[in-house]
Amino acid sequence: MLKALPLVFCLAGLALYTVLAGADFGAGFWQLLAGRGSHAERVREQAHHSMAPVWEANHVWLIFVITVFWTAYPEAFGSIASTLSVPLFIAAVGIILRGATYALRSGTQNRRELESIDTLFAIASLLTPFALGAAVGGIASERVPVGNAAGDMFSSWLNPTSILVGVLAVATSAYLAAVYLAADAARLGEPELERAFRARALASGLVTGAIALGGLAVLHSDAHSLYHELVTGDAVSTLIVSILAGGATLALVFARSFEAARYSAALAVAAIVAGWALARWPTLLPGLMVQQAAAPHDTLVALVVAVLAGGAILFPSLALLFRLTLTGRFDHVGEGATRVTGQVLSASMPKLPYRAALACLIAGVGLLNVAEAGWAHALGVVSLFGFIVIGFLALVPGAFSREEAMTPPRADEPHGPT
Amino acid sequence: MSVVAAALAPVHQHYLVQARQMQALSFVAHIPLVAFAISFPAMVLFVEWLYLRTGDPLYGTLARRWTRVVAALFAVGVITGTLLSFEMGLLWPNFTATFGSVFGLGFAIEGFSFFMEAIFIGIYVYGWDRLSPRAHLASGIPIVITGFTGSLMVISVNAWMNHPGGFHLRAGKVVDVHPLSALFGNTYLWHELVHMYIAGYIVSGFVVAAIYAFARLRGRWGRYERTAIAIPLTIAALAAPVQVLVGDWAGREVATHQPIKLAAIEGLTKTTRGAPEHLLGWYTEGQVRYGIEIPHGLSLLAFHSWNAKVQGLDTVPPSQRPPVNIVRISFQTMVGIGTLLALLGLGYLFVRIRRKRLPESVWFYRAVVVAGPLSVVALIAGWVTTEVGRQPWVVYRVMPTADAVTGASGIPVGYATLAVVYLLLACGVAWVLRRLSRAPLDIAPDEHGV
Repeated sequence: MLKALPLVFCLAGLALYTVLAGADFGAGFWQLLAGRGSHAERVREQAHHSMAPVWEANHVWLIFVITVFWTAYPEAFGSIASTLSVPLFIAAVGIILRGATYALRSGTQNRRELESIDTLFAIASLLTPFALGAAVGGIASERVPVGNAAGDMFSSWLNPTSILVGVLAVATSAYLAAVYLAADAARLGEPELERAFRARALASGLVTGAIALGGLAVLHSDAHSLYHELVTGDAVSTLIVSILAGGATLALVFARSFEAARYSAALAVAAIVAGWALARWPTLLPGLMVQQAAAPHDTLVALVVAVLAGGAILFPSLALLFRLTLTGRFDHVGEGATRVTGQVLSASMPKLPYRAALACLIAGVGLLNVAEAGWAHALGVVSLFGFIVIGFLALVPGAFSREEAMTPPRADEPHGPT
Repeated sequence: MSVVAAALAPVHQHYLVQARQMQALSFVAHIPLVAFAISFPAMVLFVEWLYLRTGDPLYGTLARRWTRVVAALFAVGVITGTLLSFEMGLLWPNFTATFGSVFGLGFAIEGFSFFMEAIFIGIYVYGWDRLSPRAHLASGIPIVITGFTGSLMVISVNAWMNHPGGFHLRAGKVVDVHPLSALFGNTYLWHELVHMYIAGYIVSGFVVAAIYAFARLRGRWGRYERTAIAIPLTIAALAAPVQVLVGDWAGREVATHQPIKLAAIEGLTKTTRGAPEHLLGWYTEGQVRYGIEIPHGLSLLAFHSWNAKVQGLDTVPPSQRPPVNIVRISFQTMVGIGTLLALLGLGYLFVRIRRKRLPESVWFYRAVVVAGPLSVVALIAGWVTTEVGRQPWVVYRVMPTADAVTGASGIPVGYATLAVVYLLLACGVAWVLRRLSRAPLDIAPDEHGV
């Protein structure tokens, strides 16, 4: 049980990454297909603005999966990362380019710059889910043996199953993004954008469903044991859940219930991840069972405690972020935009903080640099931090009150005389 | 020491040096962004707090403009950091496969810290004018806290690599694993953490100050620029002398726990009592040539004792020594720049306290313009000292780096690709920061948020 728990965390993280970050990637897909003209520009703006506040948090699910996996199943991690180094490196480069465009977009000044950055963003948004999907396909079709780069460098991820999962990842991302963006457009009261994304959601939903069902034929020939487990074993129930949730999403999007469609679309994707896990259970890699692969007991206990404690802090924070985003608090300037009024700080520069700072410095030198004991070093570090903080508070507010308080704020004149 | 067994069979990797260089490139790109992420949000929050206390719109403008820089640099830090986590498996699968259960917990907790940081950066950046002023200020506090906890976690892993404990090896498998004592019960952790945390404030302090010092040299010296330089410069000026003291502590810890690293830092071949220290020079044929000798200098620095015995490089076989000149020159670069920064800081504090104003000399501002990039160089040189000084071990005296490396081919292709991507990224970051700094100064609340 304990040995399987981190795997459950990883799979839950993977499902959340697919559902949340997948939508970010899909937004890039729609930016690429938006074309030109003012309507296209609005599509691209909407795709950017919906994702900008949340993409970093969504991205961290991937880091979560990686770090939990290598802590709990180190040998499997080393085997996977070394054999699948090519697709994983491609995914990493895609992530770098995508993140860079988020940073660069804030500096753009004209449409031409914006379009070239959005194009780079879109290409990277296709590359990353495809590469990650191809890597998953390699693991699922048992092409990653235990060992340091023991599998084939190319056929491990350029094979029918990998290409199927890669394409499915791109299609799923596009589909999720269209559903989410339609919901956002409906919330913002943008009927034209809502219609545009609704049409995209319906079309991409049908395509994704077709790829997923048609993909069973690919698995039948390329990864027969996986296919067999999926259609006959425990996993068959998840397959049915996924099909039902996918169908329900289409119906909900058609009926314009976008908020509900968000959740059913997410369920359809999560069910696929669960299906893969159930079909393979209890094998992690060929010849390596979850039980054998798991880290020693103490590590697993510490990891599970860390994940549960971290989750207790994380989920309320995530809920706050999504509540602010989804209720539209980040869309328009709200009531918070009131002008702040305060008082000018005291103009005096009291002597006491200087003496306190100096005392901290002298104590710090004695405790850290002269004394030898560990406890003395700890106190010395605290004293030196005290020196920096007290010194800063003593010096900085004075800088403005003393020199500047007499002059009224004239920041509209940045090129003032020296 | 014999080569230990590892979880996966070690392979011969022809491009080991390239793999190490690729890893080094990834660190060099990431570390300055970390320095900003752990310190700059605190400065932005301080300015926002001044804004709330005084109602002076100048502080509001400054905090908003700095927020955009935080947002852009954090995004780049996220992606360069992601690459590092990938490289743990892509380049060093056997390190992770063998010891993931020992050190992995540090990164798993760091994952949560990073999560909270990303969430609250999103809220803070997009929450300007959307949240109440107090709520907005409060939303920035977790960013400062997670900046600290994140560096605590990552450095706990680095400290473990330099001073491993909390496990035993039996036939290539780790047994008796106690991850908490391995990571946090490690005496080697604390000086590394404090040294890096203070370095973060020095780097962002001097780099931000350098930008406004440059503006002053160009004739822009309004109240906005004077405020914007005083805050980072004061922090850096206080932190830089403290770093000299912390560095002394760090040096003594290295001397105790990693004597061969210390020997490489000085280029000391034979074990010596009252060992001298050489400034500059070049290590060749077992000695430092062309350097300025300070008698008993090394014994004094490393052990605070005139005649302390310092272990030489020849106590281990040549295959177990780090490349001396890289370690030595990096160390001297770090210490040299650090000393100059501390002197510059003391000069600033003297003028600030005695004359109760900012310095007026053009030369002072020229020095600050240079101090910005130099502080980044010192940061990188410090990490080169500790990481190259750890070689040839990935886990000090337990696992050689050569045993950790991947068996996959194509390292040169990956290295070249990454070099091109990072070059473009560096150009992009320079471009966007320039654009942000040239945006017209607008005192009214910004309607666009970011």
